[in-house]
Amino acid sequence: MKTAERQFTTISGVPIEPLYGPEDLRGVDLARHLPPPGEFPYTRGIHRDMYRGRLWTMRQFSGFATPEETNQRYLYLLAQGQTGLSVAFDLPTLMGYDADHPLSEGEVGKCGAAISSLEDMEILFRGIPLGDVTVSMTINSPAAVLWAMYLVVAERQGVDWARLSGTLQNDILKEYIAQKEYIFPPRPSMRLVTDTIEFGARHTPRFNPISISGYHIREAGSTAVQELAFTLRDGIEYVDWALERGLKIDEFAPRLSFFFNAHSDFFEEIAKYRAARKIWAHVMRERYGAASERSLKLRFHAQTAGCSLTWQQPYNNVVRTALQAMAAVLGGAQSLHTNSLDEAYALPSEHAVTLALRTQQVLAYESGVTNTPDPLGGSYFVEKLTLDTEAAARDYIRRIDEMGGMVPAIEAGFPQTEIAAASYRYQCEVESGERTIVGVNRFQSGGEPIELLQIDETSGNHQRAKLAALRARRDNSQVRQTLDALQRAAEGTENTMPRLLDAVRAYATLGEICDSLRGVFGAYQETTHL
Amino acid sequence: MTASHPIRVLVAKPGLDGHDRGAKIIARALRDAGMEVIYTGLRQTPEMIVNAALQEDVAVIGLSILSGAHNAIVPRVLQLLREKDMADVRVIVGGIVPDEDAEALKRQGVAAVFQPGASLDAIVRFIRENAGGDRAAH
Repeated sequence: MKTAERQFTTISGVPIEPLYGPEDLRGVDLARHLPPPGEFPYTRGIHRDMYRGRLWTMRQFSGFATPEETNQRYLYLLAQGQTGLSVAFDLPTLMGYDADHPLSEGEVGKCGAAISSLEDMEILFRGIPLGDVTVSMTINSPAAVLWAMYLVVAERQGVDWARLSGTLQNDILKEYIAQKEYIFPPRPSMRLVTDTIEFGARHTPRFNPISISGYHIREAGSTAVQELAFTLRDGIEYVDWALERGLKIDEFAPRLSFFFNAHSDFFEEIAKYRAARKIWAHVMRERYGAASERSLKLRFHAQTAGCSLTWQQPYNNVVRTALQAMAAVLGGAQSLHTNSLDEAYALPSEHAVTLALRTQQVLAYESGVTNTPDPLGGSYFVEKLTLDTEAAARDYIRRIDEMGGMVPAIEAGFPQTEIAAASYRYQCEVESGERTIVGVNRFQSGGEPIELLQIDETSGNHQRAKLAALRARRDNSQVRQTLDALQRAAEGTENTMPRLLDAVRAYATLGEICDSLRGVFGAYQETTHL
Repeated sequence: MTASHPIRVLVAKPGLDGHDRGAKIIARALRDAGMEVIYTGLRQTPEMIVNAALQEDVAVIGLSILSGAHNAIVPRVLQLLREKDMADVRVIVGGIVPDEDAEALKRQGVAAVFQPGASLDAIVRFIRENAGGDRAAH
């Protein structure tokens, strides 16, 4: 194809000019619009010294099979120099079902660790001092329940809750929008999220009760701008609900954290992170009157794009992941997960996850990109792309404001439909060969066998046996009492966290607790938007 | 059924997993290829899927499974189809299915397994060439 006919666009379809220069930034006062890192609106980063002061946290998302096996993986990762933990739960846990529920058949331990009770959570963190290691938990719909289990484990380790540091993903809105692991309808779910934000503001000053996540929106096939806009608008929604609850903005906003995808289009991603910080700082100050500097600073975790990993020629995934991780670092991430080369097939093997961690360590200690903050700041291209990304995201945010907020927008299917259209458009571009995926639609070659982690039904059997023993051993009348008290709290307006903690301490299971809540809140059924 | 009738396909998402990007893309692609597509939505049990296939009188069921639960779910769908005398309905599976599992599922009666990276065109072609009475449609 002749150059003149070719379309040059980002992976999201944004046209790119042949060259960028000063004329692209005409009218932009760089000194005013682009103050140094650490200064409002933090486009160049939230810290003046950035990674010179402190590297990002290397946090590999991990969990599989039984809590016993996942605990061994955690101890291994910490021994390899990983600096924080990130728990992956299996699908039954994410959906609020115990391992012995009929719908859990075939799913126990397959996509993450199986946790049905406080007993499992105690095993998961055996030998891991929760006062010293920061822990992130990807647990959305039943987040309040799993967080209660975590708090009780800390309590039993003798760790003061005020010392606990970590993050609860707990972003239910993006579940309706993208990942679809929801249990209850949006409004009661928002109430549970607000309960955790309120409880956290009072009892766990160093813990992030929510990580507002664009990652899954992007994985569902959105563009970079959609990922950014929907995520920030979700953030606005959580803020509105917390204010409605009676919290003051600077009481909870410093603990809101974000989670973005690190996709393949290098500069588009960097522009996305820079625009995210800028928009959020303005939203916090202008829309909410936040005064604390910590409320204004958008902190984010990044994970390389799972959807970019290919089944064909899996070793290419190491290279993709390294480039994506570098984009996240140049974009100023506070913590990072790098995917393993085998994740188009299965949960990562120990060999593959070690290589993924080494990728971060090479970036951090060998590449030199950590020597100065925002090294691409001032690039004509990156600055223009940042401004354009910001404008496009603000436009989406305004449209959702006009719909009355994210809950009504979700109920109308707006973000879902926008993402489905973008996802289909991209797939058609791959199909037509307009977009190249190395090893898939160009440069194909034969298979490369890799060793995979296999999870069979022994995990499910083990978990079911433990649950049966637990149900026989615990004080079942106490379980009943705590569940009844929880149900009454859910029917009223009080914060459910204290009741959840009581139920967890009595070893009520996740499934029993979620069933009590289903009884009050109902279960959500989505209207499909193709 | 005349040769000009569009092929009817049920696209189903069994199990607890909610990742429906693939299922939605396939549903749209089959529709764009002129087929009549019914998408079940999420979290369908094998019983619900087979009932929907019966009600909608489809020639093909496409199951999207990414969670690793295929060995528990797919044989159950095949068994229910046999019990309801619907063994002529073609079952195809798309998702993260390792090679040896794919071979085992085919031995049990699955018509095809499409793994990550499969082209939409290959899936459309397969259905056109193998969808029961509509074989002559194109």
